[in-house]
Order: sequence, then structure tokens, then C-alpha cells
Amino acid sequence: MHNFWTIFGVWMAAFLTLAIFSFLYKDNPFYKLAEHLYVGTSAGYMLIYTYFLTIKPMLIDPITKQQQFFLFIPAFFGIIMLTRWFPKIAWLSRWSIAFTIGIGTGLAITGSIQGILIPQIKGTLIALHGWNWTTLNNLLIIIGVISTLTYFYFSKAHKGVIGKTAKIGIIYIMIAFGASFGYTVMGRISLLIGRMYFLFHDWIPLIR
Amino acid sequence: MRREIPLAITFITSLIIIVSFFIPHAPFGTMQEVSLKWYAIIAGFTMLLGVDSLIHMHYQKIKRKKSDWAHSLVLIVGFAVFVIAGTISGFRYGSAMDINSSFMYLYNYVIIPLQSTMFALLSFFIASAAYRAFRARNLDATLLLITAVIVMIGRVPIGYQIWHNFPAVAEWIMAIPQMAAKRGILIGISLGMIAVSLRIMLGIERSYLS
Repeated sequence: MHNFWTIFGVWMAAFLTLAIFSFLYKDNPFYKLAEHLYVGTSAGYMLIYTYFLTIKPMLIDPITKQQQFFLFIPAFFGIIMLTRWFPKIAWLSRWSIAFTIGIGTGLAITGSIQGILIPQIKGTLIALHGWNWTTLNNLLIIIGVISTLTYFYFSKAHKGVIGKTAKIGIIYIMIAFGASFGYTVMGRISLLIGRMYFLFHDWIPLIR
Repeated sequence: MRREIPLAITFITSLIIIVSFFIPHAPFGTMQEVSLKWYAIIAGFTMLLGVDSLIHMHYQKIKRKKSDWAHSLVLIVGFAVFVIAGTISGFRYGSAMDINSSFMYLYNYVIIPLQSTMFALLSFFIASAAYRAFRARNLDATLLLITAVIVMIGRVPIGYQIWHNFPAVAEWIMAIPQMAAKRGILIGISLGMIAVSLRIMLGIERSYLS
């Protein structure tokens, strides 16, 4: 037995779903309403989400309950970020931006080396012994990585050996883009199936 | 000083992160974790700037009765309803994210349908874009087309019914050539990220200060 609020919620969700799908016919007021509602509610959601999952547990609670007063430093940087509202002292916000950029660059350097560069190179240093299916696949991976990197190497003209390797690289890249495209389409189709299931199962129970 | 202090802050904070990576002992060991928390806190404050900009723009639209101002009103009402519901839920349950809160009710019945339908709608546009772009004009475009078709067919039951090896071929494409190219691209991206980060850290790249 569903209560009133569940039924109301399902009808509201169904209306919003149909309003978005109405764009398939053409741009119309229902779509625009749903689109603007999406932007507004998402902004409201993110504001509350940030407060309850970042500001409160990481700043307010540690200061008020655990007396971690050193957290006034990020709070200070956060507050001076808001000086952008006051043109005369807006330059102060650069300190906060510099702080976040500094952390971002530091993490980008260490994170790229540890999280991408070394694991990806390590994954490419694979065994090529014996003539079997695994060796062939490993060889294809090594050729693919080297040729793709060569394609993106623009310091030398793509002529001769570099040109031929880059051509192999573009074949790999096209296969990768095609596969990614197919994968993305399937992801979107599964969302579409999800919405159809919602409409014809939760809203109008045609599918049992 | 208005430029030098930010440059010094960038250099020192990035250096601390790098040093803490290579010296995982006190006091450096916890610095990376602490910096990440501080980063999240400061980024939280920037949310206010973004929201202010959005609301201000739409408020002006309503005030000046510009075209489609009614939609801007819907946007602001939607925003206000979520903020009010979130605040009330926060007082009532301790957190707005409580599963029984009115905030989560609105999230489940407003944001989730809007978000998933918006992305589902993209499948139609991807299909129409593919119809226009995926013409087998040359070898590259043909490869893109064939790979996309195999991956799509290989991931649905009908693919298995057409040819029982379709799923295995799709799997092989994802695991070998796709992965090899992706790996090459990722290595390139990470090298680029390191180079740009070093430029920013050393103050060569300063566009973020403008």
C-alpha cells in the first residue's frame, strides 16, 4: 500500500520525465520548465550537500566539538575567497585561488606519477615469450601504446618511420574512440530503459 | 605584492604536497591528507560564489522582465525549495542526507528523474549525430563505425543470438586495442599534467591570477 507522498512523488517524477522527453518533438515550455527546475534544484542540492558533507563535518564540527582551531586557516582562505563580492578587496581572493591551485598542482604531479604514469608503463612492460594468443595480445598492446604516443608526438614531422608508426597509432585511436562511443551509447540506452521502466512500471503499471 | 604572495603560496603548498609524497613520515606524512581536507573546505566556500552568480543572473532577468523570465522564477523557486527542505531536514534529522528527510524525498523524485532523463535523452542525439558523422568515407571512419557497432551489439543479448562470438569480440576490443590506445593517451595526459603543474608551481604559468 503506497502512501500519498509516494504516489505524489511518482506522478511528479513522471511529469518531469515526460517534460524532458517532450524535447524530442521540439523545444517547448514544458521542457524549458523542467530544464530550469533541474538547474535550480541541482544548485540547491549542491549547496546543502556541500554544507552537510564538507563544511559541517570537516570544519564546523572539528572546531566546535574537538577544538581543532588550526582549521581557522582553511576557513580564513575560504572566507577571503568571498572577497570577490567586494571589488576593492577582490584581489585577496587570489590567495585562496593560489592555495587551491598549489594543492592541485602538487597533487597533479604526485598523483600523475603514482596513479597514471608508473602503473600504465608498468602495465605495458609485459612478457613476450612463446607463440600463443597471450603473446600476440601483449604484442598488440605494446604496439598500440607506442604508436598512439608517437601520433601525439608533434616535435618531429610525421614522416618516414615516425609517420608510419603514427598511422598505426591513428588506427588504434579510431578503434578506441569507436569502442568508447559504443560504450557511451549503451550507457545512455540503459538510462533510457530505466526511464521507460519507471514510466511503465512505477507510474502506469503495464510491465509486471 | 598582490602577485608575489599568491605565487609564493602556490609554490609552498605544492612543494609541501610533493615533499609529503616522498617523505611519508611525521610531520610530512599527514600533510597530504590535511591539505586535501583544507582544499575541500575552501572549495566548499566557492560553491557560494557559484550559487550567488546563478541566482543573481536569474533575479536580474525576473526584475527586468526579460524574455523567459518565468523560467528563471521556476529556477529560483526550485533552488529555494531545496535549500529550505535541506535546512529543515538538517535540524530535524541532524543531516539533510537522512533517507527519511524531505530533502532526500525531493532528491529522489525531482533531481534523479530529471538527471537520468536528461542523459537518456542524449541517446537520441548521439544516434542522430552518429548517423551524420559515421559515414564510412575512409579507413579511419570505417574503423570507428565497425568498432562502435561491434561493441554495442556485443553488449546486448541479441548480439549473442546473431553470432555467439559477438560478446567475446567486443570484450577483446575493449581489453586489447581500446586499452592500448587509452593507455597511450593516458601516458600523454599525465606527462602533460606534470609539465603544466611544474610551470604553475614555478610561476611560469600565471593565468590563474588574472
